[in-house]
Amino acid sequence: MEGDDEGTFAAATGYEAMYANGDAGDDPRLPPTPRSGKAAVGGGGDLMDVEAYAALYTGRTKVARLLFIAERCGNEGMQLEAFRLAHDEIKKGEDSHLYREAMAKIGDRLGPRYAIDQVWADAVDRRAEVRKEKLENELNIYKTNLIKESIRMGFNDLADFFYAHGQLGDAFKNFVRTRDYCTTSKHIIHMCLNVILVSIELSQFMHVSNYVSKAEQTPEQLDPVTHSKLRCAAGLAHLETKKYKLAARKFLETGHELGNNYTEVIAPQDVAIYGGLCALASFDRTELKNKVIDNINFRNFLELVPEVRELINDFYASRYASCLEYLENLKPNLLLDIHLHDHVETLYTEIRHKAIIQYTIPFISVDLHTMAGAFKTNVAGLEKELEALITDNQIQARIDSHNKILYARHADQRNATFQRVLHTGVEFERDVRAMLVRANLIKHECITRAARKP
Amino acid sequence: MAMESVEAVVAHIQGLSGSQEEVAHLHALLKQSEDALRSQAARLGAFLHQLDPSVHTLGYLFLLEAYSSDPVCREQDGDFLLSIVEFINSCSAEQIRLAPEKFISVCKSFKDKVMQLQVPIQGIVPLRTAIRKLQVSSEQLTTLHSDYLLLCLLAKCYKAGLSILDDDIFEVDQPRDLFLYCYYGGMINIGLKSYRKAWECLHNVITAPMTTLNAIAVEAYKKYILVSIILNGQVPLFPKYTSSTAQRNLKSHTQPYIDLANCYATGTFAELEGCIQTNLEKFQSDSNLGLVKQVLSSLYKRNIQRLTQTYLTLSLQDIANAAQLKTPREAEMHVLQMIQDGEIFATINQKDGMVSFHEDPEQYKTCGMIEHIDSSIHRLMALSQKLGSLDEHMSCDPAYLTRIGKERPRFDFDEFDSVPHKFL
Repeated sequence: MEGDDEGTFAAATGYEAMYANGDAGDDPRLPPTPRSGKAAVGGGGDLMDVEAYAALYTGRTKVARLLFIAERCGNEGMQLEAFRLAHDEIKKGEDSHLYREAMAKIGDRLGPRYAIDQVWADAVDRRAEVRKEKLENELNIYKTNLIKESIRMGFNDLADFFYAHGQLGDAFKNFVRTRDYCTTSKHIIHMCLNVILVSIELSQFMHVSNYVSKAEQTPEQLDPVTHSKLRCAAGLAHLETKKYKLAARKFLETGHELGNNYTEVIAPQDVAIYGGLCALASFDRTELKNKVIDNINFRNFLELVPEVRELINDFYASRYASCLEYLENLKPNLLLDIHLHDHVETLYTEIRHKAIIQYTIPFISVDLHTMAGAFKTNVAGLEKELEALITDNQIQARIDSHNKILYARHADQRNATFQRVLHTGVEFERDVRAMLVRANLIKHECITRAARKP
Repeated sequence: MAMESVEAVVAHIQGLSGSQEEVAHLHALLKQSEDALRSQAARLGAFLHQLDPSVHTLGYLFLLEAYSSDPVCREQDGDFLLSIVEFINSCSAEQIRLAPEKFISVCKSFKDKVMQLQVPIQGIVPLRTAIRKLQVSSEQLTTLHSDYLLLCLLAKCYKAGLSILDDDIFEVDQPRDLFLYCYYGGMINIGLKSYRKAWECLHNVITAPMTTLNAIAVEAYKKYILVSIILNGQVPLFPKYTSSTAQRNLKSHTQPYIDLANCYATGTFAELEGCIQTNLEKFQSDSNLGLVKQVLSSLYKRNIQRLTQTYLTLSLQDIANAAQLKTPREAEMHVLQMIQDGEIFATINQKDGMVSFHEDPEQYKTCGMIEHIDSSIHRLMALSQKLGSLDEHMSCDPAYLTRIGKERPRFDFDEFDSVPHKFL
């Protein structure tokens, strides 16, 4: 996987610094970034190499990601770069709606070469009309002929056309319609993958999950690439629905055969990042060791994003400061990722909490100053965090605020049992007495009612 | 025997107060002459002195009841109260139980007079004696219970009320008695600051079976909300045995209190104060303002208690910040109060301005604790037995068996016949 494609490998480390792509003079707007030490690798986090990033993807997701980056990043230079690449990509395709949208956002900031090309847009529309008619006619002919295979192909072509033209709803409908005409497992898998693709674009992750399970239910053995694709899709669906543990499991099960075969949805670097972060936030230590660190398969992915590999190892080895530093460096880039951006905060808080809890487990008492140093915060902030965790019952400890020490506290089982017993007794007594009174009342009511009856 | 003269009645009384059968006969005679007695109420005062309350209790009772039901007599007689008290103290319990309504009505007029004269404290001891005599067993609730508690409340003699409240009640004649009894009981406990018992009493009111909403339940629910907040910090949901009437309607009548509960849940002091201010008149008109103020101070306590779970030592300044108090001095006062009340275990080090929190020192190893546990076990076993015997009793009840028999499936010949045919 490593030396697969020069561009890919370069792009892998291109997340954070320009060095892999050669001189920083390429784009004078982006200042050169230093390359020193492992933790400082991500020093120029904001200055992500947009071009290299975009090269990882193909199809509509490339455009969507570029537009997202352009909207979200604060850097003018990056924004213009992203817009330019998006523009070029859209022009290669057939989607005039997207073109118009993008041009509306760009305005005239890219200069005269990138002014809105109305002629091209109209031409595309006209071509689209013609093609649509043709396809629909063909489909009608096939329908009258009642040959399943040609009807299926007809629907597929129509759906592909809609997809290329940006009408995702229609594309979805037509892909789903091919279902009735699928005869072999291969057809079904093809249909499922298409539906999954469109659903991801539409952010309808319920459908993604459904169709992944449909595809996996085929009796035929799936080839490894398809299998990996389905795993990725399932992982994405879980991620979007905030089921981080399940997402992590799916990503970790993705085979390395995925390679560059699913670039219209996800890049292998993403698998590493999503899987690594979700695992770190939701797995316990044993699972982390078994499924992530010792996972030979996943190691291939981790090689692509060494920071994630390093930070997982640091976490496991309790080098929290370094781990948290890697996380901080990765953060700006992750906020520009369309799937991960609104989960970054949650995942980070989870990881931080896990780190703090793990730190305190082996000790009877911990000096808060040392701990604050390990986590690179001040004592007051750390105290607040610990207070929240203790109130949530995640840490069994007490804080000695005077001497700034954290003492582990193990509940006294015997006393707790006595307390519970007495409490249960009191409650039982109270409830039974109340119940007897109520029963008596009801009995009287029945008696009076019975007495009133003639 | 239409209009027997009073003298004749008195003669009967004196003659027939010997044995059980005589008394029963007397009872019948007295019932017939009720109207006569009532019409001559004014004259009865003199005749009362001819009778001895301890021997001629039943007769005395009838005469007294006729006498006291006449408002003119009540007003004029200065010794009215005294004579009733004397009667209550010396009457015989079995004879009273033959005519309980009369006895209750006498006591009620007694209570009214006492309240009218604004000396409720005078009525307490006599009424307690009256209750003990009227009750068949200490588990029975009479109408007098609620009157007694009312007098205790008015006279602010809460401890006196406790002696009656401590009895467990299992037999109730009139549902209305129970409502009032538990409501007043709740109020007495609130006055004594035993919030747990108050909560139980009020809980009984709102979960009692009722088909129509009554004002007692509404008022009780208002207090219940406030007491729940003070005890637990939140208002529990209605348990599933609450009547549907209560569940549907109670909340709509007590909106300001529910708002207060929601405000409390958010935890900030300023908001809570604001909420109280907006609803001040309503709280005042319901005379719940004192309780509401206690809710306010309980917010501090709850915040401080939460701190004991997290910290071993904490400076007074930090406590003041965490509990939203203004100065460390205030924090110290609150903590001191809580230590004295036994709500937290801590020591204050004034030199450093630090408070150290300790664990509950109870080790459950002392003799006293063992005795406590032992007696609890015995009590609970007795209660369980009672429950069991009630269950047995029910399963032998013919009405129950008929109902069960009707609903059992008819045509399963192989099934063992669980209900004898004679009950079908």
